[in-house]
Amino acid sequence: MKTAAIIPAYNESQRVAQIVSATSEYVDVVAVVDDGSTDSTADEAQSAGATVLKLPVNIGYGGALQAGYRWAVSKGIEALVQLDADGQHDPHDIPALLKPVIEDRCDLALGSRFLKQDSWQATFSRRLGMKFFSLLIRIFSGRRIADPTTGFQAMNHRVIERVASGAYPDDFPDADVIVMLHRERFRIEEVGVVMKPPPAGKSMHSGLKPLYYIVKMTLAILVVAMRRNEGGGDP
Amino acid sequence: MTPRQRMFALLVAALLLIVIVDLVRRRRLREEFSILWLGVGIGVAVLAAWYDLQLWLTHLIGAISSSTTVFLFAFIFLALMNLHFSVRMSKMTDQIKSLAQTVAILEAEPSERNGENTAV
Repeated sequence: MKTAAIIPAYNESQRVAQIVSATSEYVDVVAVVDDGSTDSTADEAQSAGATVLKLPVNIGYGGALQAGYRWAVSKGIEALVQLDADGQHDPHDIPALLKPVIEDRCDLALGSRFLKQDSWQATFSRRLGMKFFSLLIRIFSGRRIADPTTGFQAMNHRVIERVASGAYPDDFPDADVIVMLHRERFRIEEVGVVMKPPPAGKSMHSGLKPLYYIVKMTLAILVVAMRRNEGGGDP
Repeated sequence: MTPRQRMFALLVAALLLIVIVDLVRRRRLREEFSILWLGVGIGVAVLAAWYDLQLWLTHLIGAISSSTTVFLFAFIFLALMNLHFSVRMSKMTDQIKSLAQTVAILEAEPSERNGENTAV
């Protein structure tokens, strides 16, 4: 089974090579999606052995991920893991995350910080936000997802093809994508992983962004719940 | 409406129409957008020349002053234009995203073929 890792990166020249090296031990190919970085992220990633998809402009985290999914479809990747370039996700957890996908026990495996004791547990306000989105997911899909904001995920080719095509959030593809995939009958599991705290000043959720995130994500979940299923998962 | 007011409104409408046609001629304004603005110019001209229509519209929407009617329709038009541009911008954002992704994937192809990185 062809496996790959995609790592969206924006100005991560200090860390990306280390993440690529550690990740390449567990997958056949590592692709770094350079989201319009102004530093040497692309060069560092390429030197470390990654395939680099260099976006000509910054299109956001979701757009960068989708570029990776589209690339994976074009390469016939059968199982894919996505992780962040800022070091929050431990590449040593990749085998555990990929396992249920490779064994066809699920279509999408979500890395959950709440299922592993020694994982960073986030700040109180962020945990409150996670509880809120967990509640929304439960209301609109009936599923209990402990860590709805995780970016550490593994998926099979059916999910890759689904998220590579059509509408996909540009900035924060989190709970809304989980609700969408669950409504389309994709099988979702949570796997315990280690999460580290985000590097200082690198969080996507700083400044006024948390407020925007909560409003936008709530709206996105409501819109997903109102949309008719586009299909993709098992009936 | 006094003859002077009517003359001023007709002049504004004529000027607007000339500017729009000139912008389209010099390819500074796309035809699809010019249709909306030409509609405004014609609307202003019709309302200026046909005051009874303005009074009828005022009565229809329940306004007291005919100037309220003009401002209300101007506001509705501008709000619709903003909505139209938001829709266009949303579409263009998706197009730019898709183009950027395609460029990145295509640019990665030669280096992958040359074996500059991990082979699939």
